[in-house]
Amino acid sequence: MSYTSFKNIAIGIAFSPTLEANVSEAARVSCMFGAKLSLIHVGPRSDEKISIIDQYIGNCGQSQLSYEIIFTEGDPVGVILETVKEHKIDLLLLGALKQEKFVKFYLGSIARKLTRKATCSVLMMTNPSVIRKPCKHMVVNGLKDAHTEHTIETAFYVAHSLGSNQLTIVEEIEQEKVSIKIDDDQSLRKANLLKEKLKRQEELRVQGILSHIPSDEKKDIQVSTQPIFGQRGYSIGHYAQIVRADLLVMNAPKKSSFLDRFFPHDLEHILNELPTDVLIVR
Amino acid sequence: MTKKKTDIKGFFKALPKNIFSGFVVSLIALPLGLGLAMASEVPPIAGVIAAVVGGVLVSILGGSNVTISGPGNGLVGVILVAVATLGLNGTYAAIICSGILLTILGFLRMGKLADFFPSSAIQGMLAAIGLIILGKQFHIMMGNEMKLPGSIDYLLAIPSTIVGVFSYSHSGFTYAAISGVIALAIMVFYPKIRNKYFHLVPAPMWIVLISIGVSYFYELVLQQPHPVDPRYMISNIPTGGQIVSDIPTPNFNLVNSIGFWGSVLAITLIASIESLLSIKAVDQLDPEKRRSNVNRDLKALGLATIGSGFLGGLNVVTVIARSSVNVNNGGSNRSSNFAHATFLVIFILLFSTQLTRIPLPALMAILVYTGYKLASPSNVVKIFKIGKEQLIIFFTTLLVTLFVGLISGILAGVLMTFVIHVILNKDLELFIKNWRKPNVLMFKEKKGDQHYYINVKHFCTFLNFYRLKEKLNAIPETEDVVVDLSLCEFVDHTVMENLSAYQDVFHKRGGHLEIIGLDLHGTDSEHPFALRRLIPGIPFLTGNLTKRQTTLKEIAQGYSLEYEVDVKGNTEVLDKFRYFKTKKIEKIYNRLFNEDDSFSVFDIHYSEGEFIAKEDVRTTMLHIKLEHAIPEFTLDREGFMERLYAIAGYEDIPIDNHSDFTKRFYLLGKNPYRVQEYFNDDLVKFFECNSYYHVESDGVSLLIFRTQRTSGVKEIKKLIDFGNRLRKVVVKEVQVAY
Repeated sequence: MSYTSFKNIAIGIAFSPTLEANVSEAARVSCMFGAKLSLIHVGPRSDEKISIIDQYIGNCGQSQLSYEIIFTEGDPVGVILETVKEHKIDLLLLGALKQEKFVKFYLGSIARKLTRKATCSVLMMTNPSVIRKPCKHMVVNGLKDAHTEHTIETAFYVAHSLGSNQLTIVEEIEQEKVSIKIDDDQSLRKANLLKEKLKRQEELRVQGILSHIPSDEKKDIQVSTQPIFGQRGYSIGHYAQIVRADLLVMNAPKKSSFLDRFFPHDLEHILNELPTDVLIVR
Repeated sequence: MTKKKTDIKGFFKALPKNIFSGFVVSLIALPLGLGLAMASEVPPIAGVIAAVVGGVLVSILGGSNVTISGPGNGLVGVILVAVATLGLNGTYAAIICSGILLTILGFLRMGKLADFFPSSAIQGMLAAIGLIILGKQFHIMMGNEMKLPGSIDYLLAIPSTIVGVFSYSHSGFTYAAISGVIALAIMVFYPKIRNKYFHLVPAPMWIVLISIGVSYFYELVLQQPHPVDPRYMISNIPTGGQIVSDIPTPNFNLVNSIGFWGSVLAITLIASIESLLSIKAVDQLDPEKRRSNVNRDLKALGLATIGSGFLGGLNVVTVIARSSVNVNNGGSNRSSNFAHATFLVIFILLFSTQLTRIPLPALMAILVYTGYKLASPSNVVKIFKIGKEQLIIFFTTLLVTLFVGLISGILAGVLMTFVIHVILNKDLELFIKNWRKPNVLMFKEKKGDQHYYINVKHFCTFLNFYRLKEKLNAIPETEDVVVDLSLCEFVDHTVMENLSAYQDVFHKRGGHLEIIGLDLHGTDSEHPFALRRLIPGIPFLTGNLTKRQTTLKEIAQGYSLEYEVDVKGNTEVLDKFRYFKTKKIEKIYNRLFNEDDSFSVFDIHYSEGEFIAKEDVRTTMLHIKLEHAIPEFTLDREGFMERLYAIAGYEDIPIDNHSDFTKRFYLLGKNPYRVQEYFNDDLVKFFECNSYYHVESDGVSLLIFRTQRTSGVKEIKKLIDFGNRLRKVVVKEVQVAY
């Protein structure tokens, strides 16, 4: 198997009103993966803070959880990234902010930077809550990319750990691949034939990846695929929102440059409007 | 290759009809061409040249099928301005340049340009053009030609001209006015006269024929000079030879001035909008329902305009009125356009001198009538019905166009529309943040009936309709499409109107396009195209039924059910179902039910979880009350575990001798033995050979549903049918068992 199991999980915490929800969710996720939880706080150490966290973790009833609170100081992004390296963290948890008026989520600036620069996988949580919400349906990207196989395998591992039973692999096919411009009935027919062909190719590729995965891993999970023609990164988020997926699993982005923030692509779209919880696999 | 051969065969078979249709069109094109050219203050023959060049080039190079090209009425206003500022030969240069721009637009595939203008702004612009034409030509029609500085002044002078008619000192002017009024009367009453033979000749041609007839009557019978003042007769129609020798030289000296390019831009803008709108409209008239290649047409129109400009003709655009006459007379391919050009050449070669016998006011009456139709008050009433805000947009565009100019007018209309959208939503961010996002998702549903499913996020207005349009264009019109707007906070009138046009196209070609997710959006007017906005906090607005709701009403009548839009508060009947154990029912609406309420279909909005983990679901369900008790069970397609997790702890109940059924379906129940007993051969077979639904029994009633989104009308019909048949099987079952 080529996936890395999550043995060390970390979450950056601030003493905000969402602290209890964040800590409970992190504790729960760590227990499901059977991992050790590191709570990173950028700020001075105090016994009061420790006792609050101890109390929250005690409240959520994950007695077998082993955890550690790390106090550091400095620029949050840099410090957290360093701690991640130092403690060999496999998965970093981030809480998203919620826009008032409508149910929309977005990432704060620190979380964004962390997502781009982190060296481990990142899980962005839109709905950290004190009470558990089951994770039933996962959507995974099936991009034509060397990294995809790794991502899909990790997705199966995560599905087992979180007890999901439905997994949809979305093959995003870029509109530019359909080289025929639709002008009239004839070109429409041709374009649709080409689309069907592209879909079949994508399907074959994904089935190829799936065949590498041991049947043990696939047991009890309903796997389906859905080809979509649309903009990379954006349409998969839109799809996850429509099917009300509980977790979206994505490849880690290639190095993002300064320009990407002005011309968003792939991951940047997802960071702008989180459709659901997002796991970025590295 | 065989296909090609039959095409040629079909072409020759349809040729006679197309030639005839082209002939009828040329009868309208001749007077209109002359009139439009004179209204634009260029030599009358310029309009005919445009029609001939357009007819020949566009029919050979174009990408549409039944359109007719020629001089367009929308351009009168801009050409007038161009002639005034650039002079005649400068105008020809501007026309040539606009032809080049049009061709470039075609190559850049900018056929979607027209989509960026809000419907009401385009309506306002067309009305303004109508008023410009009407205002100017009305005075000529009344024998009172005048020169005034602005187009608005001509309109204001209309009353004084009407009063002045009765006090002309010179009888020549009075006769001119009489000829104009008679011609206008012909235009107005022509559609009202129901006579087959009378309608063989189109109204404008009647005016031409009667005018020439009267002229000969005076000359030959009464042996008197024509009573209309010679200044009000059409002059200088050149003969064929003269046209060639008189070809003007376009004057490109002004190419460096801003005014020149302003005119070029205005001409190009109007020419492209008029053409694109016409092509779109004519495509809907096409009996064979072909799709026009818009970009190819643009290129052809551009080339034709360049040619026409060099020969001393007007812009070539696609024209809706002449095209619809073409379709009505049996035109089926581009040869009718070619034929119309050929007949125009023949007319000019043979009868050019006869045309000077037509009084100018009679010809201008045709234009006054066209102008009136563009600016008709009934249009204003229509727009008002859609919503008050549309009227503001309409009048902003109209007034700015009249007082300032065309480009400023349309820009003001666009700006006003945007401002109104922002004010209505009290949210500028919604538009700015989401404008560039590719907010339309389309995919073919892999489950069920393989519908195309389109979902639009954030907002959908004229600003980003082109994205939705692109996706819709990529779907063959014979397919079933569901457009889900439930994630849209705001949908504007332009989109509603265009979607409705798409619905017609899909319907005509055997497909089906359904709009869902708008039932919870609020509107201020009762018009189906009114803009719709998701209003958080306000529970429910029932002022205006969506198209889906009206269709539901019809379905209800079809199945002799009652229909109720309003929210039903009492949802206790559903609480007993296991499915709702972990869910909270928010509301039930759009209910279809029978007399004793034992059979009801409804949209339901429920939520799972609380507060921040809350998830809202809207779907459509069928509830059937039974007279007998049956075992409690839950049946679903194997693998759709997500819906069943709440009942974890129960095992899939195997049914003996039906391994296929057991494999395909997931069956759960409190009492496995009773369920096994209950699922006999008939029931198993019924489920096996019908489409998959989630079926659940709470002991005394059944709950049936499928997708976790609101169903389209077609899907509801299927659901009702499934429910009716299932009820029959279940009732039979009970009779056998007990």
